[in-house]
Amino acid sequence: MRITKSLSRAMAAAGFLLASGTAAMAAGDAGGGVCAPKSMPAHTEPHWSFQGVFGHYDHDAALRGFEVYRNVCAACHSLKLFAFRNLAELGATEDEIKGVAALYEVPDQPDDEGEVKPRPARPADRFPSPFPNEKAAAAANGGALPPDLSLILKSRAALENHVSNILGGYMAPPAGCDIPEGKFYNAYFPGYAFGMAPPLTEGAVEYNDGTPATVAQMTKDLTQFLAFVAEPTLEERKQMGVKVVFFLIILTVLLFLVKRQVWRKVH
Amino acid sequence: MSTPEFNNPIVKWIEYRLPIFSMMHHEMHEYPTPKNLNYFWNFGSLAGFVLVIMIVSGIVLSMNYTAHVDYAFASVERIMRDVNFGWLVRYIHMNGASFFFIIVYIHIFRGLYYGSYKAPRELLWILGVIILLLMMATAFMGYVLPWGQMSFWGATVITNLFSALPLVGEHIVTWLWGGFTVDNPTLNRFFSLHYLLPFVIAGVVILHLAALHQHGSNNPLGIDIKQKGDTLPFHPYYTIKDLFGIGVFLTIFVAVICFAPNYMGHPDNYIPANPLVTPTHIVPEWYFLPFYAILRAIPDKLGGVLAMFAAIAVLFVLPWLDRSPIRSAKFRPIYFVLFWVLVADCILLGFCGAKPPEGIWVILSQLGTAYYFAHFLVLLPLLSLYERPINLPLSISSPKASASEPQAV
Ligand code: HEC
Ligand code: HEM
Repeated sequence: MRITKSLSRAMAAAGFLLASGTAAMAAGDAGGGVCAPKSMPAHTEPHWSFQGVFGHYDHDAALRGFEVYRNVCAACHSLKLFAFRNLAELGATEDEIKGVAALYEVPDQPDDEGEVKPRPARPADRFPSPFPNEKAAAAANGGALPPDLSLILKSRAALENHVSNILGGYMAPPAGCDIPEGKFYNAYFPGYAFGMAPPLTEGAVEYNDGTPATVAQMTKDLTQFLAFVAEPTLEERKQMGVKVVFFLIILTVLLFLVKRQVWRKVH
Repeated sequence: MSTPEFNNPIVKWIEYRLPIFSMMHHEMHEYPTPKNLNYFWNFGSLAGFVLVIMIVSGIVLSMNYTAHVDYAFASVERIMRDVNFGWLVRYIHMNGASFFFIIVYIHIFRGLYYGSYKAPRELLWILGVIILLLMMATAFMGYVLPWGQMSFWGATVITNLFSALPLVGEHIVTWLWGGFTVDNPTLNRFFSLHYLLPFVIAGVVILHLAALHQHGSNNPLGIDIKQKGDTLPFHPYYTIKDLFGIGVFLTIFVAVICFAPNYMGHPDNYIPANPLVTPTHIVPEWYFLPFYAILRAIPDKLGGVLAMFAAIAVLFVLPWLDRSPIRSAKFRPIYFVLFWVLVADCILLGFCGAKPPEGIWVILSQLGTAYYFAHFLVLLPLLSLYERPINLPLSISSPKASASEPQAV
């Protein structure tokens, strides 16, 4: 990870050198004119627990993040790739998972009369979506489609910082920037006129473990949860990586020594 | 060729009917390999190793992948989440494609530096360029399979290029798509071809090796084998050296797969394909960027397409553009410089391909493209006439220079 970081920094530096010539030209058009924020709001966590070679999710925070998602974001955003049973990987017990699944209803198999009735969700069910289809979702949100959040932290340029960027990016528009009715100025949204009202308010959920539900806390917890949904196998992957890379380094050193031994007499 | 004696009765029985053991013996023990090969000669065996990795991981992925526009994206996510070690197989395949290109590009530039394309290895080189073309087609169609935004829009942009051809262009595009847009028939045929082409590659690799074994490897000095002391048997010397190379490769490969598997990918491809929403910047995978820059450097669509294909086509005729009888850049002081300028030029083109085609990037792509073609079509032919090479050594095992070697005229 450190290697890739410095590599990306080196590439960024090279890109910067190449780009600096055009920076002056680009500033006028690419910046979005009067609406470009004068300074970015400072809010992101500089380092998430799941980054780096030994990265892992903060399981308690991710479970709290699930509470925020299902009580706030789930009113508008689907989470189609997430099944209740996935919570087990974050340490939730079977009863807890059954309990929370039963709060939701999903369509049952057609019965003998061919009618589809709702039934309580089971752990194996995916989290039900708030709207029957994308058209309905957009129609209910003034024409702006709330995207599925399953891969939101893998599918945007800011990667794991995207949700904290967006949630922390609301601010007063710079002078001269007109934001249409029903839109909100957000420094991190492309085009700045954003179709989602600030969704979080202080105490929007009540955490079971007594953690105060500040906006900053909920944002961090949501990031842990949504990162888990985007990449549920991350912990397994990194743990395996540490072991296998360690093994391969030893193997490669041994191969090198054998090679040197075989080649010792060749000049 | 001496036929070895085999003692094991089963080996004997088989050998009498199918002489694979004497063939293996010939390749391993008698096939003479120059003793001065450096680590750049590891990349051929590495490329073969990665081809095997791609085929094996691809077959496993196919068991769980669904080639249908409504299910492809979800089936890849199911592989990532619900298939045992599916994430591992998918990340191996996804990053394997990138590493395949890294390795093959190094392998190609090795050939350029040491003049490995020169007589008598012209066909060996041409078979290599065919492999490169097949790899590009395979990787392009593979990238369409997960049916993300970049899959869809990359497929749309690249297939649309053929519409630039006069008269037949539109028909070719409809034929490629199997309809009037990139849609389910396109995805289906791309999957079919993506499964097929790697085996075609494997076939061409066999021809590539057959051509290699006809005259043996070139070497860093670029001179022919003169005496027995110049060579070593392939086994154990190069088997162990190649194994060590595979060890180094696997260490880096596994580190990337486990710690930064999406580093070389594009975040947009985790958004399901949506024909109604065009991404702000459509960029191909990194290994296509220099060619993408050449495509966009020419203001005319047809011209751009032709230039892009010409960038590869020029490699086919390279053995006849560079007429210098000296192979290795070590003994060609001017070619040495031009080689490194070409490397820098290709990297520059790569950067240009990643940027939106505006401002200085257009000019840089055009300069880079012009230089790329000038290198092959103007500078190399002229160099064959005017460059004064450094004296070549007598042989691989006696590095003293001789004055009697042929010189460029
Ligand atoms: C009242 C409905 C509503 C609620 C509740 C809501 N959102 Fe949104 N959200 C939207 C809409 C609509 C958009 C699309 C806005 C646009 O495209 O202009 C959106 C967009 C977003 C985006 C940007 C997506 C992108 O394309 O980059 C993020 C991130 C996001 N929401 C996160 C959240 C989170 C986290 C929560 C819970 C704390 C939440 N939302 C709650 C309606 C909602
Ligand atoms: C020359 C060797 C090969 C190359 C360069 C290659 C390249 C690629 C690429 C770039 C992708 C997209 C990866 C992603 O972003 O998800 C892909 C996907 C895929 N490939 Fe290959 N591939 C090769 C061989 C094969 C073979 C031999 C098979 C089948 C036998 C195969 C089956 C698949 C399948 C099913 C997918 C879709 C799943 C996915 O996207 O992860 N590939 N390939």
